[in-house]
Amino acid sequence: MSTLAATLTDTSTMFRRQLKHMQRYPSLTVMLIGMPVVFLLLFVFVFGGTLGDGLGGPTGGRDAYLAYVTPGILMMTIAGVVQGTAIGVAMDMTQGIIDRFRTMSIARVSVLTGHVLGSMVQSFLGIAVVLGVSIALGFRPDADALDWLGLVGVIALISFGLIWLTVALGITAKSVETASNSPMFLMILPFLGSAFVPTDSMPTALRYFADYQPFTPFIEVTRSLLAGTAVEGQDLALTIVWSLALALLGYVISRKRFNKR
Amino acid sequence: MNTQKPLAIQARNLTKSYGDKAVLDGIDIAVPEGTIFSLLGPNGAGKTTTVNILTTLIPASGGDAFVGGNHVADNADEVRRAIGVTGQFAAVDTLLTGRENLHLMGRLHHLGKAETKRRTEDLLERFDLLDAAKNAPTTYSGGMKRRLDIAMCLMGNPKVIFLDEPTTGLDPAGRRTVWSIIRELVKGGTTIFLTTQYLEEADELADRIAVLDGGKLVAEGTPAELKRMVPGGHINLRLHRADQVERTAQLLEASGFDADQLHVQVPSDGSVDSLRKILDTLDREGVEVAELTVHTPDLDDVFLSLTGHAAEVAA
Repeated sequence: MSTLAATLTDTSTMFRRQLKHMQRYPSLTVMLIGMPVVFLLLFVFVFGGTLGDGLGGPTGGRDAYLAYVTPGILMMTIAGVVQGTAIGVAMDMTQGIIDRFRTMSIARVSVLTGHVLGSMVQSFLGIAVVLGVSIALGFRPDADALDWLGLVGVIALISFGLIWLTVALGITAKSVETASNSPMFLMILPFLGSAFVPTDSMPTALRYFADYQPFTPFIEVTRSLLAGTAVEGQDLALTIVWSLALALLGYVISRKRFNKR
Repeated sequence: MNTQKPLAIQARNLTKSYGDKAVLDGIDIAVPEGTIFSLLGPNGAGKTTTVNILTTLIPASGGDAFVGGNHVADNADEVRRAIGVTGQFAAVDTLLTGRENLHLMGRLHHLGKAETKRRTEDLLERFDLLDAAKNAPTTYSGGMKRRLDIAMCLMGNPKVIFLDEPTTGLDPAGRRTVWSIIRELVKGGTTIFLTTQYLEEADELADRIAVLDGGKLVAEGTPAELKRMVPGGHINLRLHRADQVERTAQLLEASGFDADQLHVQVPSDGSVDSLRKILDTLDREGVEVAELTVHTPDLDDVFLSLTGHAAEVAA
């Protein structure tokens, strides 16, 4: 078997292993996706009336806010899913099974790429569920076919970047507990961005941070695609650059740490 | 030493240091194919480090090691293809069932669906795991987990198997099961490298034993040879007549006697020659013996002696 064929086979084997894990341990998936749903309900029904009026758009109130907040919640969903990635990777690394893999003649990277593919599936699953809930609550996206295609691409790209980052966090974590805590900051970032309120409502110093942290362009691009409005070139560029940079960083760190002991 | 069989495992002057700390200080190992070799030593002696180097998990700081003729650093992948490894803690996937764990191994060894299935069922039966196969290892006892661990190790039909303290935490029945599995494997021509703290285990299983202490090999040989290396072997005689005790003790150059207990203790290495000489003397002098027992030092004595007085014993 050629090296490429072997790598693909091994990746596929590890991917199937991840899928089986998700099947056997569904409570993790449920919890990671349940949280954004809870936040969606919270922000729309508890805060939505007031926050919606504060948006200053042509229509105010809850419906406007639902449209405003959904993209942020979608990003939060990804942030939640990747927490599961870090946990899953850390669990593998702290169990004996990883040493077994290391003494076998398999494509080493396949252990990690298996996790990445599994998490991509979880990410899309989560996005679908949360979007479904949002639509059930009355959200009506104005996206055409091209927008939806773009959305799939953007979700895939953002997920890819964040997943590789958390794979690295999972590998470098000293315990499963540390691994479950370290990606928490990813959950906070949407709050410090344009997920729940426009950034120009923030004090200057915070606004600078909010405008330049990766989640704000992620959210803006998603928001534009769902609303069918034009996507800001700068936001798209930042999204792509951030995603690829995080993916590269995560991959490099992961490869290095996986081979060390 | 039998040098006719090719060497399955070979190490020359293997060293490993972490910073200033030398964990392995120049180890030489030679294990012929189809034999069981045991590395014996207390915690911290460097046994697991040795296994980790030989199984390509960590690099050595110096020296060379070959497994199946392949260099562990330069041809790591070829080495991995030929080995199976079982560590101190059972390396099983706890979210998959027993059967799925074996299937996973089969797929990673690129065996193909039919062969994977065949080997899985065969191993499950041999290791008495057929009933438990559909459950996850979290429901298994320690012994069952260990059997699954070894079964997973065998899916790739390895020529050399490394067992790092394989019976730690098992009850005597579990331990004996693992021993019989190991003996069966060797019959099939597999080479076994076994590390253990349990002297009885090394004694029972190994063709050759090497004693590791503080990163150095302090002795090596068959279990019998090791026991003979150590002073302290003796023959205990219980005589019928108290009046014969002191004279017998003089004749045999006894190391101790007790006229009240009718005991005479004669230093001996337990060899047939030494026994014959003593019996001849007893016969010639007409000493009436009620009971004769031979005490060769057990590995406990070997160990204490070798590691307590390492400087005085030639390796």
